[in-house]
Order: sequence, then C-alpha cells, then structure tokens
Amino acid sequence: MIRLRRLARAASVLTTPLAPEDILALFNPVFSARQLRGVVTKVVPETADSATIHFHPGRGWKAHKAGQWARIGVELDGVRHWRSYSLSAPAGEDPAITVSDVGAVSSVLVRQTRPGDVLFLAPPQGDFVLPEHPRPLLMLTAGSGITPVMSMIRTLVPHRPDADVVLIHSARTPNDSIFHEELSELADQFPNFRVTHWYTGERGRLDFGSAAQLNELCPDWRQRAAYACGPEGFLDDAEALWSAEAAAHAEATPGPFAADPINLIIERFNTSLVGGAGHDGGLVTFEASDREVEADGNTPLLDVGEDAGVLMPSGCRMGICHSCLTPLRAGHVRDLRTGEVHGEPGQLIQTCVSAAAGPVNLDI
Amino acid sequence: MTAISDRTAVKSTSINGPAAKPRPGALAKSGSPLVRPPAAAHLTDEQVAELGRELDAIKDDILAKRGASDAAYIRRVIKIQRGLEISGRAALLMGRNKAAWVTGTTLLSVAKILENMEIGHNILHGQWDWMRDPDIHSTTWEWDFVTPARAWQHTHNDLHHRWTNVVGKDNDVGYNLLRMDADQPWKPHNLGNPLYNAILAPIFEWGIAIYDLELAEYQEGKKSKEALKKDLKALGFKALKQFTKDYAATPAVAMLTGSGKQALYGTLTANAVRNVWAHAVIFCGHFPEGADTFTEEMVEGETRGDWYVRQMIGSANISGSKFMHLMTGNLSHQIEHHLFPDLPSNRYAEVAPKVQEICKRYGLPYTTGPLLKQVGSSWAKVFKLALPGKAKS
Repeated sequence: MIRLRRLARAASVLTTPLAPEDILALFNPVFSARQLRGVVTKVVPETADSATIHFHPGRGWKAHKAGQWARIGVELDGVRHWRSYSLSAPAGEDPAITVSDVGAVSSVLVRQTRPGDVLFLAPPQGDFVLPEHPRPLLMLTAGSGITPVMSMIRTLVPHRPDADVVLIHSARTPNDSIFHEELSELADQFPNFRVTHWYTGERGRLDFGSAAQLNELCPDWRQRAAYACGPEGFLDDAEALWSAEAAAHAEATPGPFAADPINLIIERFNTSLVGGAGHDGGLVTFEASDREVEADGNTPLLDVGEDAGVLMPSGCRMGICHSCLTPLRAGHVRDLRTGEVHGEPGQLIQTCVSAAAGPVNLDI
Repeated sequence: MTAISDRTAVKSTSINGPAAKPRPGALAKSGSPLVRPPAAAHLTDEQVAELGRELDAIKDDILAKRGASDAAYIRRVIKIQRGLEISGRAALLMGRNKAAWVTGTTLLSVAKILENMEIGHNILHGQWDWMRDPDIHSTTWEWDFVTPARAWQHTHNDLHHRWTNVVGKDNDVGYNLLRMDADQPWKPHNLGNPLYNAILAPIFEWGIAIYDLELAEYQEGKKSKEALKKDLKALGFKALKQFTKDYAATPAVAMLTGSGKQALYGTLTANAVRNVWAHAVIFCGHFPEGADTFTEEMVEGETRGDWYVRQMIGSANISGSKFMHLMTGNLSHQIEHHLFPDLPSNRYAEVAPKVQEICKRYGLPYTTGPLLKQVGSSWAKVFKLALPGKAKS
C-alpha cells in the first residue's frame, strides 16, 4: 500500500495538475482522486417497491460493521444527489444497500440501477452496531427499518452458535415484507434465532402503550439488549415503554448493585432540519465562525453573513462568478433568482443569490 | 477554496468595512447609468429593462433544459482530452522518430488547448458546478496553465467579467502591458506595443501568471503584503510543478529511448502553440474593431439591463466551424459568454441566434467575423495605439 502511494506520487510528476487516478479513471471508473466510488455488481428485487443493490467499492472504503449506514450519491439528470442508506450485507462481505422506492433518488436506485453502474460513496458510519460482548438480543423493526438489522442477523446468526436473537418485524402485508423468505429460512435452520412477523394490515400496529403485547411475543424482553429501527412514531412509542420500564426497574432495585440496565438502542433515519417553505427565512448559523443570526427569506446569505461580521468569500454579488461558494451543513436555501428551494448537506451554495428557507447551517 | 476566500476576505474588510451599505458593485434596481454608452444612447430606460428581461428569459430557458446530456458532454470532452494528452506524451517519449515527434507534439498541443479553453476556463467559471461533482467543480479544478486557478478566478471571473472593458477598472484592457484603448494616456514606451505583444503571445501563460499577482494593486496599496506573499508562494509551487512535468520529467523518461532532447522540444512547442492560440482567441474577445470600451461614468448606476448591454457591445465573436468553436472553448461566442458566463459552454451556440436577434431589434451592434479577420483587427489596434493620439477610429 505504502509503495503504491509512493508510486502514485512519482507518477503525479508527469500528470500534474491531474492526479494519476484521473488518468486511471479512463480505464476503470472506480478510480478518482477526490470521490470514493463503487461499481454495482448485482441488483436483486426484494418486493414490488424495493431492491437490494450490491456494489464493489474502490480504494478508500473501510469495511462496514453490521448495522452501519453510508451516504450514497446518484446522478439524476446530470445532478448528483446524496442520500443515506443502511447497509444490509453482513459484515465482512462487499456492501449492499436495500432501498425502498419512496422518493426521486431511491426511485432511480430501485428502478434504473444496473450492474456496471457507478455509485458515489462516503465511508460507512453509525453507532447502531452489535454489542461488543455476546448478549441475548431483541430486534424491533418496522418497514424498511429491517435493513440495518438484517445486516446484524446475517452477521451473527449463521456464524455464532451461542447467539440468541429474537426479531419482531412489522410490515403491512407479507408481500410488503422485505427479506421475508430469507428470515423464515434462517429461523428454520438456526434454533437460536426466532422471528415474529407482525402484519399491521391484519392486526393493527404493535402496541407499545403497555408491556402486554411484548410480554406475549417475547416474555424475557427485559433481559435482552434491544435494538429498534423504523418510522418516527414506532420508535417514539418503543422509547417511551423502555424508559417507563427502566424507571420502574430502578425503583425496584435501588442502590449501586442494580442488575444490567434495561437498554434500547435506536436507529432513526436522519431527520435533518426541514426548511420552512417560501419566504419565511430562519435562523442562520455560521458554524466555524460561531455566529447565529435571524434572517428573512429575501436577503442573500452573503449579506446576512457580512452584517453578522462573518468573513464571507464574495465576488460579483450577482450569481455569476462563483467566488462565494460556501458548503451547506443543514437546512434549505431559496435561490433568489428562480425561487427554487433546495439544499443538501455538503452542497456548495452561492451565498450571493441564496436566502434562508427555514433554519440554515453554513460551514464557515 | 482557502486561497480565494482569504483573499476576498481581506479585500472586503478593507473596502467595505464590517457593514458598509450600499455595497459597491451591486446593480441598481431601476434607472440608468450617468452616461449610457454611445452605441446604446438611443435606448430608453424602459427599453433597456425590457431587453434585460428578454435575456433573463433566454437564460432561464437553458437552465430548465440543462441536464444529463450536458453532463455527458463535458465528461466526453474531458475523456477525449485525457486520451490525447497521454497518447501525445507517450509518442514524445519516442521523439527520436520524426513521425512520433510530429504526432506527439500535435496531440499534446491539441490536448493542452482543449484543457485550457473548453475544459479549464469553463469549469473555473462554475459552468459545471450545478452537477455537484467534486471532480468537475470550480472550487477543486486546477488547470494545465502556469497561473494557479484560484488567482485567475479572482482577476478573471470577479474583476474582468464584472467590469468588462471599463477603462481603469478592467485591467484586461491591455493587461497593464499594452495600450489597447485610445483613452489610456500615451507614454513613450507604448511605441513597443507590437513588440511586447509579439513577445507575449508564445509565453502567454507566464504573462497571465504575473498579471494575476496584481502587482500594480500592491504598489497602490490596494493589496496587502501578506496577500501578495501568499499568491507568490502559490504561483511558485504551481510553476515548479508545471515546469518539472514538461521540461524535466517528460524529457527524463524519454532519455530511456534516447529521445530526451526531442521530448523537450516537443513539450516546448506544444506549450508555445497553446500560448499563441490562447493569446489570439482572447485578443479576439474584446479588441477587434466594433467592440466598445467604457468609462466609469457609464457603469455608475448601471441596472441589470445596462450591464447586459455593456457585455454585448463590449465583446466580439468569431464565426467558424464547430471544431473552431470547440478549440476556442466556445470563446468564439464571447458575447454570449459575457452575458451568461456560468451557462455551460456547449449551450452558447444555441443561444447565439436569439442574442443576435435581440441586438438587431434594439439597434445594437453584434460584432462577429472569421478568425483571421478578427485577429488582424486586434493586431491593427495594437499597432495603431503604439502611436500617440486620442482619436477613436
């Protein structure tokens, strides 16, 4: 590896201002000096609206832990868009994402991705991972919340005879239930893995209002390390039940020698700041400069920053020279020229022609 | 990113102060400049405003259409350019063979021209930033040209494009070296105008590198010593890398086949060819007969419509084949480029007839001509202005 790097540095004497990777990319699209990439190796339909995309990442990818997610970049009509997806492949194998068609980006992934396509990648991250020491586990999932948990089950169940895993998975109908067959097969094959499919279409939502349903489905749930992944309401309810139980537990066994704490580890799908629509404006945070200021929806962020004493890069002040490009950390901005509201974390925006559309965080 | 942000930061604190209002450079919402340029003097404020709206509509139309096919275009050009570059350099490694030398030098010259013109210049304008591809972005791109991309972006995108042809504000009028406008006072050293220009052409990239240091601004106290030091350092690094690649590393590898000297001649020739070509194309942009220059009164109180007018009557196009347009980086559509500097260059050809029609309807000149005629015309100006005299022809 080190020798490779030295070779690349030597080669760059001949390729400057390009990097050797820029030349190698002519022959293999995975090479890039700036952007981690992967090539799609296989696309497997899961349900009518979801598919699993397997890919082989280029150099620079670090192997994922079961349960982690990665940012994936896809091009829509020539423009790169980024979304976060949980990795469903077991640890130790090439990564894969399982995507449900719920928006423009995921729709392209599910419907139009073919083997050989290039995906843009950011390294895997996230703390929703298996415990360091073996413990009995309870997995609560709903809908596409199964994806990171599937990676954990695939990693653990076939390889660890001492594993003890209970999965309760909610889906509307059997047809909507991703990985339905594979889960049943694993449960048949490995006695240390038990799965309950809960169909909300037939039985309504799983009730976390009291412990009754859970007691029935998994009587020893209090002794298990629990993981939950699913929609916002599902997680809020589960969290409420667990904290109520934890409080009761603390009361029952006071003192420093309490038994294992009752814990629940939760994976929320990223809820970034949602911008107020239209001309509302919002609180603008200049993160590196540590300044905050309220802005209306018609003042360019460049002016807002300058008035707040932030050293903003600037140029023509009319949207042509791109000297003022600043990375967006969170929130949405409105293009004062077109009225279009847009914004994705990491996107470089022209502050001279963009105004806040809701709360905005800038990396400056 | 850091280089340019620091530079502009220094500038904005010294000129603007923390919250100075109104900010210099902002366009007026309505009204007219103190003096409207002679070629547009017949237009009313309302007509100019309407012209502005028509040009905005042309831009919006392209923005709505811009998409996957444009992205595919720039990626294809980049791929072709890199292919030419490595085959050209590879052929030069066997430069002892005459055919290999001619092939290598030709391919490398074409590659360098494409890299600077259709790829580098336009990416550094931010024409492809909308793709959000960090590999093809105005903030990350570095080009095969001595001047560092960030330094050039400041003098070119910010100063030249904002103040196009305003004598005293746009230093591109003569690059602090040549007398290119009758309103610039004549001094005896201007007698050397043609000589300076002839020397400049084959070493154009070095001329631009020095120009981008803004030494005059430093002498006038408008640029800090720290900023100059920083720019000098950036230029030093960049120049060293460029020099090493073409004049040391490539010949060194070629020595393996006994072609070291020939490879050196090849890279020298390719750089000179690119320099002469870039110099010619760029001089055709604003110096031929018909392209106007302006006074500071003409930009005082300028509206968006007036800004558009100035870009159109201050620029000149080159007519020719598709291949010629490609090799000029579509700067042959200089008028359209100055109106919409951040529209993708592959769209200028489509915009041109609409702009020409607008000029005709509003009675404004639309200057264009074949390459040789425009080059001749700008050289004629270089000669004419070597001699004293105020009369504009």
